Amino acid sequence: MGGKAKDYGIPGTTVFDGRMAQKGYALNRMCYSFNSADNRDAFKRDEEAYCRRYGLDDEQRRAVANRNVLELIAAGGNIYYLAKFAGIFGLDVQDVGAQQTGMTKDAFKARLAEAGR
Amino acid sequence: MATIVGAITTSHIPSIGKAIARNLQQDPYWKPFFDGYPRAQEWLKEVRPDVVVAFYNDHGLNYFLDALPTFGVGAAPEYRNADEGWGIPTLAPILGHQDLSWHVIEGLVDADFDVTTCQQMLVDHAVSLPFALLWPDAEAWPVRLVPITINTLQYPFPSPARCLGLGQAVGRAIESFDEDLRVVVFGTGGLSHQLDGTRAGHINKPFDLMCMEKLVDDPQALARYSALDLVREAGAQGFELVNWIAARGALTGAVSQVHSNYHIPISNTAAGLMVLENRPAAMARAA
Repeated sequence: MGGKAKDYGIPGTTVFDGRMAQKGYALNRMCYSFNSADNRDAFKRDEEAYCRRYGLDDEQRRAVANRNVLELIAAGGNIYYLAKFAGIFGLDVQDVGAQQTGMTKDAFKARLAEAGR
Repeated sequence: MATIVGAITTSHIPSIGKAIARNLQQDPYWKPFFDGYPRAQEWLKEVRPDVVVAFYNDHGLNYFLDALPTFGVGAAPEYRNADEGWGIPTLAPILGHQDLSWHVIEGLVDADFDVTTCQQMLVDHAVSLPFALLWPDAEAWPVRLVPITINTLQYPFPSPARCLGLGQAVGRAIESFDEDLRVVVFGTGGLSHQLDGTRAGHINKPFDLMCMEKLVDDPQALARYSALDLVREAGAQGFELVNWIAARGALTGAVSQVHSNYHIPISNTAAGLMVLENRPAAMARAA
């Protein structure tokens, strides 16, 4: 599979459409499995084997290894499922936001607070 | 006959669950958010609902992408909450109202909303957190539940107009249910926020405030947006506003606002709360 996301003209936003859902199916299925604590532990014990079991492709495995959210999204990851992956590492949505915007967490939080003024 | 006494629309941000578990309601970060809820709790005591019909979006607890309904209606005897991957404490199961569920399902399909029916269904933080916020001291939930899911996770999304229509059809179905029940409608999620992409952290206060104003008297104004317009304005997950629009649609009588609260930020999100009273059309005519 592979290929780029379609541009819907919304800045900084990958719309999770059929193309991305198809591309990311294996990755999202793995993330869905992380609803279970046993599966989270199994991933932590042997990440490579766990990714293999879910049939992740090279791009997805690289993105997982890099813990890189923008790469995970480009590889077809859906944020609602990726949030479960991030949770394994104790990352909250502000860590995830800071990583994607290239900001420190404090700077990202300050920007959120600024939006309320 | 069943009566719809009103609606509560509220954000359902996962970190609220952690804050409740750690008793942070009076913490300076959380206080402006939690202080919005006592008035809504009081209102629920005043209107004494028997059933909650809740519009929300599942976040990958009950549904996966193998089979993802655009609109789903629960018809289960009870709804359990479960681990969503973050180890937030789960809530006690909520009893269903299966007769009302099937009546709503029949009404919806009659109205050309060909919904998916779910006789087994887990409910995630989009249901459990509003319950925890609105009945903080309940030993047992004082209401039964009819859950209705709207897909906000995978495009194509249903349009805001379609979601308003869904809510209207649900409202008509509830009001034709032949049992004296008092029903409150919930719409959960939002308001503006975006978790993913380089636009993560997007919040749109003027748009949210406009939506909260229109939701009371002119929900049709919100139904004019396309799904992608809503993503553009409110953020990729701010699209969850459609749950509020559907809940408002279910109020078919004269609607007035009892209470509202709005606070930025909770986590990455603009947090909103509204309590809307519905004066059923029959009563309004009689007055």
